[in-house]
Amino acid sequence: MSNKKNWPLWEIFIRSRQGLHHKHVGSLHAPDAEMAINNARDVYTRRQEGISIWVVESTAITASAPEDGAALYDPANDKVYRHPTFYDLPDEVGHM
Amino acid sequence: MDIGILEKGFQQHVDAEKKIEAKDWMPEKYRNTLIRQISQHAHSEVVGMLPEANWITRAPSLRRKVALLAKVQDEAGHGLYLYSAAETLGAERADLVEALNDGSAKYSSIFNYPTLTWADIGAIGWLVDGAAIINQVMLQRTSYGPYSRAMIRICKEESFHQRQGYEMMLTLCNGSPEQKAMAQDALNRWWWPSLMMFGPTDKDSPNSALSMKWKIKRKSNDELRQDFVDNSVPQAKILGITIPDPDLKWNEERGHYDFGTIDWEEFYNVIKGNGPCNRQRVEARKTAWEKGRWVRDAAVAYADKKKNKEKDAA
Repeated sequence: MSNKKNWPLWEIFIRSRQGLHHKHVGSLHAPDAEMAINNARDVYTRRQEGISIWVVESTAITASAPEDGAALYDPANDKVYRHPTFYDLPDEVGHM
Repeated sequence: MDIGILEKGFQQHVDAEKKIEAKDWMPEKYRNTLIRQISQHAHSEVVGMLPEANWITRAPSLRRKVALLAKVQDEAGHGLYLYSAAETLGAERADLVEALNDGSAKYSSIFNYPTLTWADIGAIGWLVDGAAIINQVMLQRTSYGPYSRAMIRICKEESFHQRQGYEMMLTLCNGSPEQKAMAQDALNRWWWPSLMMFGPTDKDSPNSALSMKWKIKRKSNDELRQDFVDNSVPQAKILGITIPDPDLKWNEERGHYDFGTIDWEEFYNVIKGNGPCNRQRVEARKTAWEKGRWVRDAAVAYADKKKNKEKDAA
């Protein structure tokens, strides 16, 4: 069973403290989700880096392709009106 | 697209100090160089556990024992971060492990030296981890994103390794004459192999130029080695022990320490597999792999059983 066959790869996400997002920290191999969490605890939280762990099988993640970058993200370049600094207000309005 | 255009775009991207990520286009040679370098680095972390594990049961106090255990556990983690980084480039974990176990993969030659006394554990933390840190601090800024991120994590954890080793050396050097002699003996044996960790001189390192151009590396072997010597001399002075190199002296003009010539014959001999412990290290890896087989099989059987149970319940 164990020769020449990789266990599934899991992507590991850690919430470092209450109130923050889970953040991707790396990956590891494990036979199932439960053991992926146990291993992630040993590998990625040895120094109080987290209080919550998500594990996701890598094959379950769909990623955008780098070559589609222009089509996906360039349209935002000329839409400065989506930012607050685009709008001129007199100083006496103060912070808004 | 024309490969020349792709390569030019790649180089511009690297020159602009932008990271390369796993799915980005990259020259095949960049990919292969990285797989080789990262997997060798990973193997070094894993084999690096062996000389130190030798002393865990014989640590002189609980304080030293928990520190050494934590350090060895860190090295296992570092190996894992690095194997994961190599896998983002398309390498298979099973192949990497197999290459280490069948003796065909290379790892840092330093781990083929034996740990004869307890002071060696101090010298390893101080010198070997010190040398590794100099290399790894540079690699935090390597052009390949996953490798860079692994290095940032590793560096954060590694500084405790060097500090605990140096503290151990300090304790020995402030102890009895026998203890200080033990520290000196460890320095004598580990100094030159530590200098060899940075690899051949720049003129004998033909692949370095390309690695620098692609910003995989940012400093040459000789530059890194010089940094290490310059750092180590004042540290040895504080310990009150002598670096075993009669040619070591401050060069006012260069602003660096000059040092003697490395025994390159020894270096290449150890790399070729004839170091004091090469065979022993690979044997230990193989034994661990074989003896751990039932654990891996049990983990898979348990996972399968649980999956079937869930299926039956549904």
